[in-house]
Amino acid sequence: MTTTIAPRVDPPVPGATNAPRPAAARRRRGFGRWFGATGWRHAVGLTMVVFAAFPLLYVLSASLNPTGTLVGSNALFRSIDFSNYVELFNRPQQPYAAWFLNTMVIGTVSAIGTVFLGALAAYAFSRMRFSGRRIGLLSLLLVQMFPQLLGVVAIFLLLSAISDVFPAIGLGTQAGLILVYLGGALGVNTYLMYGFFNTIPMSIDEAAKIDGASHAQIFFGIILRLVSPILAVVGLLSFVGSTSEFVIASVVLSDPSTQTLAVGLYQFVSQETSTNWTLFAAGAVLAAIPVMALFLYLQKYIVSGLTAGAVK
Amino acid sequence: MVNTLPGTGPRAVVPPGDDPDSPRGRLAEQRGTPGLTGTLAKIILLGAVDALAVFALFVLFMQESWLVFAIAALVTLIVNYIYLKPGALPAKYLAPGVFFLVIFQIFVVLYSGYIAFTNYGDGHNSTKEDAVSAIISTSQFRVPDSPTFQLTVLERLGEYSFLVTDPDGDVSVGGAERPLEDASNAQTDSTGKAVGLEGYTTLAFADLLANQSEIGALSVPLSDDPNSGALRTPDGSRAYLYASTLQYDEADDSFTNSETGELYRDLGDGAFAASDGAELVPGWKINVGFDNFARAFGEEDIRGPLLGVTLWTFAFAILSVASTFVLGLFLAIVFNDARMKGRKFYRIAIILPYAFPPFLSALVWLGLFNQDFGYINQVLLGGADVPWLTDPWLAKASVLIVNLWLGFPYMFLICTGALQSIPEELTEAATVDGARPWAVFRLIKFPLLLVSVAPLLISSFAFNFNNFNIVYMLTGGGPRNIEAGVDAGATDLLITLVYKVAFGSGTGRDYGLASAFAILIFIIVGLIAAYGFKRTRALEDLN
Repeated sequence: MTTTIAPRVDPPVPGATNAPRPAAARRRRGFGRWFGATGWRHAVGLTMVVFAAFPLLYVLSASLNPTGTLVGSNALFRSIDFSNYVELFNRPQQPYAAWFLNTMVIGTVSAIGTVFLGALAAYAFSRMRFSGRRIGLLSLLLVQMFPQLLGVVAIFLLLSAISDVFPAIGLGTQAGLILVYLGGALGVNTYLMYGFFNTIPMSIDEAAKIDGASHAQIFFGIILRLVSPILAVVGLLSFVGSTSEFVIASVVLSDPSTQTLAVGLYQFVSQETSTNWTLFAAGAVLAAIPVMALFLYLQKYIVSGLTAGAVK
Repeated sequence: MVNTLPGTGPRAVVPPGDDPDSPRGRLAEQRGTPGLTGTLAKIILLGAVDALAVFALFVLFMQESWLVFAIAALVTLIVNYIYLKPGALPAKYLAPGVFFLVIFQIFVVLYSGYIAFTNYGDGHNSTKEDAVSAIISTSQFRVPDSPTFQLTVLERLGEYSFLVTDPDGDVSVGGAERPLEDASNAQTDSTGKAVGLEGYTTLAFADLLANQSEIGALSVPLSDDPNSGALRTPDGSRAYLYASTLQYDEADDSFTNSETGELYRDLGDGAFAASDGAELVPGWKINVGFDNFARAFGEEDIRGPLLGVTLWTFAFAILSVASTFVLGLFLAIVFNDARMKGRKFYRIAIILPYAFPPFLSALVWLGLFNQDFGYINQVLLGGADVPWLTDPWLAKASVLIVNLWLGFPYMFLICTGALQSIPEELTEAATVDGARPWAVFRLIKFPLLLVSVAPLLISSFAFNFNNFNIVYMLTGGGPRNIEAGVDAGATDLLITLVYKVAFGSGTGRDYGLASAFAILIFIIVGLIAAYGFKRTRALEDLN
């Protein structure tokens, strides 16, 4: 980490300086100077790009490889063939299309629910003063330290008890799984949103109130629009979180046709890693595309959202 | 109460302890009258919630689950009170989220705590009555030379019944929980065999085939006395008398094996046990006090692995946070130079691992690390045979490498944000005073950065402490420690151990012990969180 953060400084560090030098020396040491100033940064950058992107290129290459096996996937982009993608949808034992659809439905519904519940709570914490408010915020901060998956045994037993009363949201149902995910809707999300809500000036609320708007109109009509960047971030993080969730999903959903990608693909590849490899790779690529597209599209918001919460 | 003074930040003006009944507070609430749409939406939503609640209450009432009934009724009342009472705005906004939070997070934790004090698990998952009837029905065998009953399988409301004609031509009907009773009004065919009964549907042969296993498992008691035996069918057309070798004596609360004469008693361990210690399965759920904790910390073959797993969990969490933070910070510094071209490109490429779904990442690395065919061994190391995932220490290293790959983009993002929010003047002032870049960084920027990212580092620690996916998907916690009394391996975290003990395939489910481990995690994480937040300034922001 011995780097020059402040480029305007310091002749003593060789090469990392902007200080004037004799013209001849500048020409002769052109590359050295460039390397010292920003060139080495590119070297680091390229190394990291390889490290970061290689596994992704590898899985893309494997998904296009018709040999099917792990060892055949080591020759990167040797051949390009979409048969794995076709095969993926023709396996009754591993209903990939159903997994994909289930994952999207569960992810979308729980993301929307999470955003809604979190925004309601953040609005209350940010705009209202009531007894128990500080305790409430502190409790949320504490609760987010304990992920739901710690209580997976209790969740399993709770859902099997719910099955006796409401089979529609009991064990083995996706609705039940979504409700469980909504239990984690407050916590970190509210905290993130609370910080963002606080940046919206109170005078906007006041002006609307004077114009006769009710609290619900202010919330749904004005505030929700102004905080849409943080809603997008929380929605995306919650979508990624619930689509990647394995523990609770694997315990709650047992029938293969109701399972999610995380559960299905894990079983798919953990049993026979090397023979199912290229099929898995195709499944992984398809599964990753929507998430990564959303992620890169919302990248700017995510960065500001992540840093808004804690880094001020 | 709603803050009514214009032009102020949300934190100003009204102190937290504001009196809710102050005139100003009231005025604010009366001013905004909800519109017609709002009122309608509220009525419809509340009506729907109440309809569901009434249905649930009805079902609970029929099942006579009084405690749950009382709680559900109370919650329904509270919800109605909150939304029908004028004012109480914060409660209106908080109630939905808190409802789910309480049920699926807080209750679940408390329930885990309760389970940790029971013997809940395979063979101990129900009440004693259920265990008694299960023991009787599983120890049944066909009574030799017993008469053959002509059988017709009936169905009503999703339940199957046996319509049987005994050798004397008498017809009776019964089901799983309903002992045989007279059914002389049944329709019979030419041979005298009963084939249908009013109110029931007779199963066709195809339905019999489709529900073979369910019908084969059905056992219809001959009378109210469970020891009198039951009718079962191997083929759906004939039923035979089955009796249990184990006779239950209700007064003595014991089982006697009618062949060997062995006596099985309830000795308070949640099972019927013989004098030589042999237990009948299934048992039932009882409270065992601190037995699970005593097992976890007392039995040598659990305590050793548990200690190893706990230490590795700490090591994993600390090393993960440290490695991702150092790399992320280093990259943030490297790319935090306005003169550098193409920073956007690097940035996008670097956050790719963060955008890729985490469970898939672990599985992709599983392939890369494969000992026989993986890319790393085959191509990068030219056909080497490095046991990346099967050697205890290499597996630990592999898990850390993969977690570094997954985690450094996040640290890069927050460090970049933190670095950019440090005012440039500080650097300039320090430089003017003669500080060198390294000194500027070490003495000024780094402390400032640490203050703002410390809460995130603590959260990250807590997250990695329970980073289930990466470990479970990459190594499954393995390589397994074969001497351990539980299914624990070299890379197992506490959370994967909980999962494997509770739902693992090899050793049988032991919810009680798993919950005891989970409680241990709760305590550790809670202590760390309390300590961490006390040390950082995260809490000072709250007002």
